[in-house]
Amino acid sequence: MMTKRFFEGGLDRRIQLLLVVLVAAAVVVPVLNLAVPPTSSFHIPTHAVALMGKYLCYAMLALSLDLVWGYCGILSLGHGAFFALGGYAMGMYLMRQIGPRGVYGHPVLPDFMVFLNWKELPWYWYGFDQFWFAALMVMVAPGLLAFAFGWLAFRSRVTGVYLSIITQAMTYALLLAFFRNDMGFGGNNGLTDFKDILGFSLQAPATRAALFSATALVLALAVIVTARLVSSKYGKLMVAVRDAESRTRFLGWRPENIKLIAFTISAVMAGIAGALYVPQVGIINPSEFAPANSIEIVIWTAVGGRGTIMGPVIGAIAVNWAKSWFTAALPEVWLFALGALFVAVTLFLPKGLVGVWEQWSAARKARTKRASPTVPPEKTTATEPAASAARPAPVAAPLMGVEPKPAE
Amino acid sequence: MAPAEPLTNTILYLDGVSVSFDGFRAINNLSLTLDKGEMRAIIGPNGAGKTTMMDLITGKTRPDKGEIYFDGAHDLTRYDEAEIANLGIGRKFQKPTVFECHTVEDNIALSLKGPRGAFRTIFDRRSASEPSRIDEILAIIRLTDRRDELAANLSHGQKQWLEIGMLLAQEPKLLLIDEPVAGMTDAETEETARLLRDIATRHSVIVVEHDMHFVRELGVKVTCLHEGSVLAEGSIDHVSQDPRVIEVYLGR
Repeated sequence: MMTKRFFEGGLDRRIQLLLVVLVAAAVVVPVLNLAVPPTSSFHIPTHAVALMGKYLCYAMLALSLDLVWGYCGILSLGHGAFFALGGYAMGMYLMRQIGPRGVYGHPVLPDFMVFLNWKELPWYWYGFDQFWFAALMVMVAPGLLAFAFGWLAFRSRVTGVYLSIITQAMTYALLLAFFRNDMGFGGNNGLTDFKDILGFSLQAPATRAALFSATALVLALAVIVTARLVSSKYGKLMVAVRDAESRTRFLGWRPENIKLIAFTISAVMAGIAGALYVPQVGIINPSEFAPANSIEIVIWTAVGGRGTIMGPVIGAIAVNWAKSWFTAALPEVWLFALGALFVAVTLFLPKGLVGVWEQWSAARKARTKRASPTVPPEKTTATEPAASAARPAPVAAPLMGVEPKPAE
Repeated sequence: MAPAEPLTNTILYLDGVSVSFDGFRAINNLSLTLDKGEMRAIIGPNGAGKTTMMDLITGKTRPDKGEIYFDGAHDLTRYDEAEIANLGIGRKFQKPTVFECHTVEDNIALSLKGPRGAFRTIFDRRSASEPSRIDEILAIIRLTDRRDELAANLSHGQKQWLEIGMLLAQEPKLLLIDEPVAGMTDAETEETARLLRDIATRHSVIVVEHDMHFVRELGVKVTCLHEGSVLAEGSIDHVSQDPRVIEVYLGR
């Protein structure tokens, strides 16, 4: 019953549109990939399906960051760590699925362990031959880390730039740890050479199409959960903490608990995104923990528009599409372009692409109102058109009406 | 335990409170009591310790020594800000602090007295009594016709009233109000005095203020702080004729 109440309402027209697009993509893309012959111009090649699937994973990652940054004012520069942990949990399952088909043919041990002369499976690899256990760990590992980290940081009232720095340090520490061979996660090379998932070959186009559909549907679910969360009373408290933390505290709320819930939910969401990402790209290695990756997530979110649901989804897809194009066409320019993009967005588009679109549509509405106050004369009395023309057009959704303040 | 007998009619009791920051004594052996239902104005020059005193009462700062008791039995030095707020002390900041991205109505709704568990708010629905409570408070602070407006769009004076309304929504026993009329027009100042006198009929109130004209308008007992302790106490006429008060305000 609580779940039912949770899912009622909170979805405005634009979010409904986004959901329709995602569900349609989950159906149409596999059909165009599998059922339409490659000679047709409607055919979507398998590598494009994998690429789009990757973008949607990034979109979910950006959405998870937006939940804590855009709505709760916690600028995490370490969200890549949660994504990577989810990815590793999925990677461990995929490694165990290889079974005796590895290069060394060991019935249980993954290749890298045989190579390192290990005799038996470390205890923390137990259970990962079961999909349900791996799926649970995909959420538990990042969730637990976020909970422990957040519990310590928020209780000690670490905020603003100091919090950003320690999140960055956290992902860097994990990067160094996962590089070590004796951690038991494949060291530098990470986990790769996956064969199948739930018994289906990862190389088969049908499996890849199914993974894409699953990603689109899970992203749709994440959008619903986020939208409901931010429109609940809890969501209003998140914004309250973002804008006036001490006011919230002196009203008797506990900002540290509000932040902790958001941070943990966000980390779980990032972990799920990572788990969907790994089977589609076929590898997970420590470079996913690199601080630069986490900073890129911030850029996607800023470009799309933080503090909105659409923004991070659009931003992640747009920036990564540009990245794919640039790194193929002008590889040496990409990093400069990314830097320039971030500077430009910060200076000229503080509300991101969604903010621009909102401004533009508000201006257009105002224009049409001004242009046609007397068009349907029989419908209105003499005074009404003037009144409706005088009323200012709504500038933006409530949350966008005011520039979200950066964490102090 | 709190000293029992003399406190029966006392809402707030500070005794021998001292606190220093880096060797600077912000509060020096301060003793002060406030009766239930009383409104008190605190005046004093800059650096007299007015805001630090509020920090001590609301748990933001811990005293080095001394006792602070609230409503008889609660030793405030043992609680943190959120706990003290839930005991029934509301605090308005010097700079108006409201939730600018929320509507006036939501600002009040988030402040209404009720369970303060963060997790349960995810599934929270508005209770039946909430709308009437919100209407009541909006009427008191005269913002009924702006309830759907974003708080960011309010004028400076209206933000001050909204913040006072948020305190009222908490249903506190004691309100601490820091410089409510700073930056207000004369008309707004008068309106605020009316509002505070109205609130004082049902709550205990401490008002910190610089504006002597406004303090005179409140017409309540005045405590003058200087260098962290009480310099003079009594009616506004009594205090403003005290030669020591005149000296700290005008002299040197």
